[in-house]
Amino acid sequence: MNKSAKKTVKFLGFAVFGMFFFSFALVPLYDVFCEVTGLNGKVALESTNIDEVDTGREIKLQFISHNNEEMPWIFKPSEEVLDIKTGKYYTTTFYVKNVTNKEMTAQAIPSVAPSNAASHLSKLECFCFNQQTLKPGEEALLPVKFLVDTDLPSNIKSVAMSYTIFDITDYDKQELAMQMNHDSMHSEESH
Amino acid sequence: MSAVIESHDHDHHHGPAKGLTRWLFTTNHKDIGTLYLWFSFLMFLVGGAMAMVIRAELFQPGMQIVQPEFYNQMLTLHGLIMIFGAVMPAFVGLANWLVPMMVGAPDMALPRMNNLSFWILPFAFFVLLSSLFMEGGAPNFGWTFYAPLSTTYAPPSVTFFIFSVHIMGASSIMGAINVIVTIMNMRAPGMTLMKMPLFVWSWLITAYLLIAVMPVLAGAVTMMLMDIHFGTSFFNAAGGGDPVLFQHIFWFFGHPEVYIMILPAFGITSHIISTFSRKPLFGYSSMVWAMASIAILSFVVWAHHMFTVGMPLAAELFFMWATMLIAVPTGVKVFNWVATMFKGSITYETPMLFAIAFVVLFTIGGFSGLMLAITPADFQYHDTYFVVAHFHYVLVPGAIFSIMAAVYYWIPKWTGNMYDERLGRLHFWLSFVSVNVTFFPQHWIGLAGMPRRYPDYALQFADWNMVSTAGAFAFGLSQILFLFIVIKTVRGGKKATSQVWEGAEGLEWTVDSPPAYHTFTTPPKVS
Amino acid sequence: MKLSNFAKFLVLSSLLVAPIFGWADWNALNMTEGATEVSKKVFDLHMLIFWICVVIGVVVFGVMFYSMYAFTKKKNPNPSTFHDNTKLEILWTVIPFVILVVMAIPATNVLKEIYNDEEGDVNIQVVGYQWKWQYKYLEDGINFFSNLSTDQDEIYNKIPKGEHYLLEVDEPVVIPVGKKVRFLITANDVIHSWWVPDFAIKQDAIPGFINTAWTIVDEPGLYRGNCTELCGKNHGFMPIVVRAVEQSEYDEWVSGKKQAAFELAQLTEKDWSVEELVANGESVYVKNCAACHQVSGQGIPGIFPGLAGSEIVLNNKPRNIEILMEGVQGAAMQSFANQLSEVDIASVITYTRQSWGNREKGDGEVVLPKEILEYKNNNQKS
Repeated sequence: MNKSAKKTVKFLGFAVFGMFFFSFALVPLYDVFCEVTGLNGKVALESTNIDEVDTGREIKLQFISHNNEEMPWIFKPSEEVLDIKTGKYYTTTFYVKNVTNKEMTAQAIPSVAPSNAASHLSKLECFCFNQQTLKPGEEALLPVKFLVDTDLPSNIKSVAMSYTIFDITDYDKQELAMQMNHDSMHSEESH
Repeated sequence: MSAVIESHDHDHHHGPAKGLTRWLFTTNHKDIGTLYLWFSFLMFLVGGAMAMVIRAELFQPGMQIVQPEFYNQMLTLHGLIMIFGAVMPAFVGLANWLVPMMVGAPDMALPRMNNLSFWILPFAFFVLLSSLFMEGGAPNFGWTFYAPLSTTYAPPSVTFFIFSVHIMGASSIMGAINVIVTIMNMRAPGMTLMKMPLFVWSWLITAYLLIAVMPVLAGAVTMMLMDIHFGTSFFNAAGGGDPVLFQHIFWFFGHPEVYIMILPAFGITSHIISTFSRKPLFGYSSMVWAMASIAILSFVVWAHHMFTVGMPLAAELFFMWATMLIAVPTGVKVFNWVATMFKGSITYETPMLFAIAFVVLFTIGGFSGLMLAITPADFQYHDTYFVVAHFHYVLVPGAIFSIMAAVYYWIPKWTGNMYDERLGRLHFWLSFVSVNVTFFPQHWIGLAGMPRRYPDYALQFADWNMVSTAGAFAFGLSQILFLFIVIKTVRGGKKATSQVWEGAEGLEWTVDSPPAYHTFTTPPKVS
Repeated sequence: MKLSNFAKFLVLSSLLVAPIFGWADWNALNMTEGATEVSKKVFDLHMLIFWICVVIGVVVFGVMFYSMYAFTKKKNPNPSTFHDNTKLEILWTVIPFVILVVMAIPATNVLKEIYNDEEGDVNIQVVGYQWKWQYKYLEDGINFFSNLSTDQDEIYNKIPKGEHYLLEVDEPVVIPVGKKVRFLITANDVIHSWWVPDFAIKQDAIPGFINTAWTIVDEPGLYRGNCTELCGKNHGFMPIVVRAVEQSEYDEWVSGKKQAAFELAQLTEKDWSVEELVANGESVYVKNCAACHQVSGQGIPGIFPGLAGSEIVLNNKPRNIEILMEGVQGAAMQSFANQLSEVDIASVITYTRQSWGNREKGDGEVVLPKEILEYKNNNQKS
């Protein structure tokens, strides 16, 4: 095989490995892409602090819950609907109770609709930032402190905030926490 | 398809080895081409048998033949086998036989890697098919294997599925490297890039696509493996992951993949239409640029497979427009083929029949593709039989017909024998009619509301499902005729000349039929 | 092939194929126009693109078929040699591009309209399960599951199929006409997809995430749809039925549902007789259990355990309850704690313990709804 052919083989070999690593790079690359273009669909899993303003408008917030795979806790929003003004912080809670006879750990995953509202939602505090462990019979009121900013597109009058809780009792919780922290370092991703 | 020692061969090459070891250890591009082609034919029949199971169950409403769980295994394996076992290896087999001869090279650039590329394929498919007998059954999550159905909820055989996909990918990647190096480094002097035959161009572009996206498929299945066995959460929402990420990564591979499955068909069609019109291909450079544009555009349209996933409006619009754009270079190709025929001097031997049918029926598939690109309309088409009709049109009377056309066209060269023209035409007409009876009604079954991947359906879909099944069985049986024709031709027939076809141009038509085991050991001069 | 032979063949094959086309059903051939303004716009868009494609096809194939006819070797033994024309290439690149722009404009407008998701008068959370849908009305707290109601015997060809075979459910979604209904769609396990053709709505149901869709239905009626994302073995058996009614009827339905929920809570507290439990349990069994455990209670050996003569059903009431409430790890038996009411769970367990000779062979114990409620609040395992 001549020199030029050898060079081509080498180049192609690098290209193959490059594309393999590129596919893994796609995971964080999405976050970067979404930040740059402003396309958003997902909700941040980390705390963000934004200044309050007085120029907001009234919108309706709906809180929805779901237990993934029928995980046995009681999990429901304390308030199902909240009338708020954009540009101000509000706190609401979700009620949870571990009705089983074993200690369990759950992870709540947030999602917002419509999707173009997601980037306008900031959370100072959220039970979705951490894993929640409850002993048998234990119950709690988990808070969310959030703000919908005034840049929310004017045609959106109602935003749905949904939380799905997953049973992660059997997961390697330390590893999971590391993964979540890593994901939340990139604040927004597109779907 | 054996090759014969030429008595006036200067280099005193020995002929092929004898017996089974010839085929196990061959590094000869002709032998390896033959191996790929026979393997792909076998896989076509296996995948076809699975299609028969599917269509038999769909013959009437109600569950008659298989359980829904097994049905899902059939539809999954049918897709995987046809794509990775039939269409792709067939095109690689054609590349192996033809590319070195067409560029005046003595063989592929890496002959031993060529052997490896082939032989890992039967192994990979053995692993995949053996999963049918594993506990939990074979993969049952569709050839597109979306998470979490294919991760958290998958049967144990999913690990073997991942292993087998890795091997198939490795085979394709090694094949692609071989093709590129051969084309870029071993062309006969005087053959500039813009003098290369179009089949060679089509394979050059296809090979680059393979290099770019097969590793991404490997990445996707590796992430699956990690989620299933190593506690990661790429696609699991509980761990902060996203099932939709899987779809993005998969279709980033998946869309270029469908162009990988059609570009060589474009090359073949250009050769055949030109030969049987006895006229040079119209618009050679446009044809090259069209294929290159299609390939480049194929990287930015992947999410048109995901319009219902909940992407933001801007993303949906971008993918809609980009997808519609691909119709432009594709249309250019169709117009150029028609212009080649216009004022030509046409005869209708079997290869030409298949090539013409390709142009017409692939274009119909293209039209349904354009309809699918329209996002709000796609909300009604997505995951229905309309999509099934679309991709079967571009793949069966599209890719598969082009492969059959290629076989009829070049088999006199490979074997030195003409195939039986009457039988060939019979095979064509049987296939042409039955393929349309099978798939055309699926357009309106889908429009009327029947979803895909369903083992059973509401009563209003019954009549046309019955028609489609009848067509499918007729099509399946017709391929037995094809098998018979091929075997008959290998064993004997009217002797073929070097030229074989009046109007055929290209270096492969300057060597004997069948060619020497080693051709172009001295490079030819190309003007 | 000579033209005359070709023509002969064409006629022959048409004659062969035509009867199939003549006898089959031409009625359900096209997409539905649907029941909403949006669905009609989608239909119109679909037809526009379709006709443009037809015209292009006729022109292109026209030239091609003409060439095939007029330029055979016999008719044109000396082929032309032209093989390039830059002007032509530009022309047939630009013209299709313009046609695409013409198509893209209405397409973009319809899509924008679909994405105009402001708010809904009625908000319904739709959750896809393997293999059924759950609907939660956010304003009124109504919550129910919607299962395929087609008999297994119809599916397995033992009895004739009904008119709405595979497109009927036990509890349809009820919505008011003329009001904006917003659907908030998610899933419980794998990805499903919620499709109602008459509303031109299709959105994937993804576990952990929420997707939205909206509709305003003009005409009262029953609208049937399907799950459109492969989700496991019964992907084809989890349809959707939406019943659109006038506002007054809707209000009645809502208060009826609320009343029913209240009564169910009361029912759970009351004392049930064995006969009442068995009667209710039988219908629960047929709907939820027979698909796997069979109407005969025999199950399918090696795959789904038989309940007739089962040790647990005969003699182990606590374990019997536990299985229904928890499901069985690693097996297809899921927990029914969230899908069936306490009354239904107690009834169905009682039914199995009293049927197929089990009462005579085993302890014949009865399960009361109260006991299920108690289990739920205190004993449920993870």
